[in-house]
Amino acid sequence: MSMISVKDMCLWYGEHQALKNVDIEIPENSITALIGPSGCGKSTFLKTLNRMNDLIPGVKITGDIRYEGTDIFSKEVDVNNLRKEIGMVFQKPNPFPMSIYDNVAYGPRTHGITNRVQLDEIVERALRDAAIWDEVKDRLKKNALGMSGGQQQRLCIARALAVQPKILLMDEPTSALDPISTSRIEELVTELKEKYTIVMVTHNMQQAVRVSDYTAFFLLGELVAFGKTDDIFSQPKDQRTEDYITGRFG
Amino acid sequence: MLKQSLSKKRKGYEVLMKAMMLLSVGLTAALVLFLLAYVLVQGVPNITWELLSTKPSYLTERIGILPDILNTVYIVLATLLIVLPLGVGAAIYLTEYASNQKVVGIIEYAAETLSGIPSIIYGLVGMLLFSNSMGTCLMAGALTLVIMNLPTIMRTTQESLKTVPQSYREGAFGLGAGKWRVVRTVVLPGCVDGVITGCILSVGRIIGESAALLFTAGFAHAVNGIIDGLAAPGATLTVALYVYAKEQGEFGVAFAIAAILMVLTVLINFAATLVQKHFAKRRSL
Repeated sequence: MSMISVKDMCLWYGEHQALKNVDIEIPENSITALIGPSGCGKSTFLKTLNRMNDLIPGVKITGDIRYEGTDIFSKEVDVNNLRKEIGMVFQKPNPFPMSIYDNVAYGPRTHGITNRVQLDEIVERALRDAAIWDEVKDRLKKNALGMSGGQQQRLCIARALAVQPKILLMDEPTSALDPISTSRIEELVTELKEKYTIVMVTHNMQQAVRVSDYTAFFLLGELVAFGKTDDIFSQPKDQRTEDYITGRFG
Repeated sequence: MLKQSLSKKRKGYEVLMKAMMLLSVGLTAALVLFLLAYVLVQGVPNITWELLSTKPSYLTERIGILPDILNTVYIVLATLLIVLPLGVGAAIYLTEYASNQKVVGIIEYAAETLSGIPSIIYGLVGMLLFSNSMGTCLMAGALTLVIMNLPTIMRTTQESLKTVPQSYREGAFGLGAGKWRVVRTVVLPGCVDGVITGCILSVGRIIGESAALLFTAGFAHAVNGIIDGLAAPGATLTVALYVYAKEQGEFGVAFAIAAILMVLTVLINFAATLVQKHFAKRRSL
């Protein structure tokens, strides 16, 4: 079953068309990697799925984008609830300048959970799910900005998990991290797909091969290829896909 | 040969420039030191407990500046109480909510201009706007000072709002937080230092202001509580300084007040620096 289905989607930044007639079905409990050269529209596409592009003035979107069958731009959809269902992890770790605990509890508190015992449970579960509990359990009250970059990113993943989303959007989550932190996040992502649907933008093709089940290749705002990662990388149908994954341009 | 003469010329030039810069630094420092020393030497011997703790009496010809101290405190409190919500609110609206950048630009420009207008003009406007309707009283003075300090508070808060990283806002929006929650929990805590700095600067300005108050708040030296005090005319320290020096020829008292104001100014600047350091430390954590 597909969690997100996108039909004929176009997006403009003012006069500039950044996405052209994108059609894609994102399958449940899987990892979909979005690849393509810089400026190809993959991040823009990702940010449309939880309507983060709403924050940018001058963006126009047409087409049909459905999450579990509901048009995400329909008037009945509350954008805050949409973002609760479709969480996001950003390129640069961006923990809030507050304690580790308060960072993870921010989402649940936003959505009305104030009970201390309940919050404690949610925070612990989220931190365990993000594989960082053992490192931080003794310093939950410490400021999150004192952690290493890799830890901060896993904290941000925990923060996103704490609102119990169904989908996790990740915008190059490892590009600001060292190789060890990167491999930890990759392991984590592979584990998370059992419970969540993950859409991940990546610049790193090895990463796409290592972790993803499906791959979408964007070029100049077009979705050139989409399919099982193995198929895309072993027998690309489109010449442009082959050229890109074999490193002829990038 | 040519090389040598060039380097000689350059050396001479260098020495000359250095001398001139030293001279200007020396002159600046000397001026400040002279002013400080002059005021303190003239003023401090005149500061007595009696001066600080009594009100003036025409019967005994005693002069006391207690009412002026109290009036200063009242006017600072009243002004801040009104200007803070206004200024911070305006800053939040302009930075976080307003979508028409052209209008925002115009308002910002107006605010900058407003903070450069000579204070006596505020006094004149305040007199016509407030004193004519509510009488000459501290409250009329406070309201005038509100207009005067609004741009300062607004601009410092705005500048500090702009330093809150966009990634914090994105992070919070990404978790499904609404606009106001993002502002309240993520943006505002990040700009507390700006608000406090703006406050301290404003306190300095309020304490130092005389022209705008001459028109609006009056010259009385009665000891009142804060409510009665705000409803009655009253002189602040700077206004009292003017009155004692210019109209009563009491230069001893005037210098005593001047010394107190100088020390206050130093303390306020010191406090502003401390606050900034404190927050800079917290931020770099």
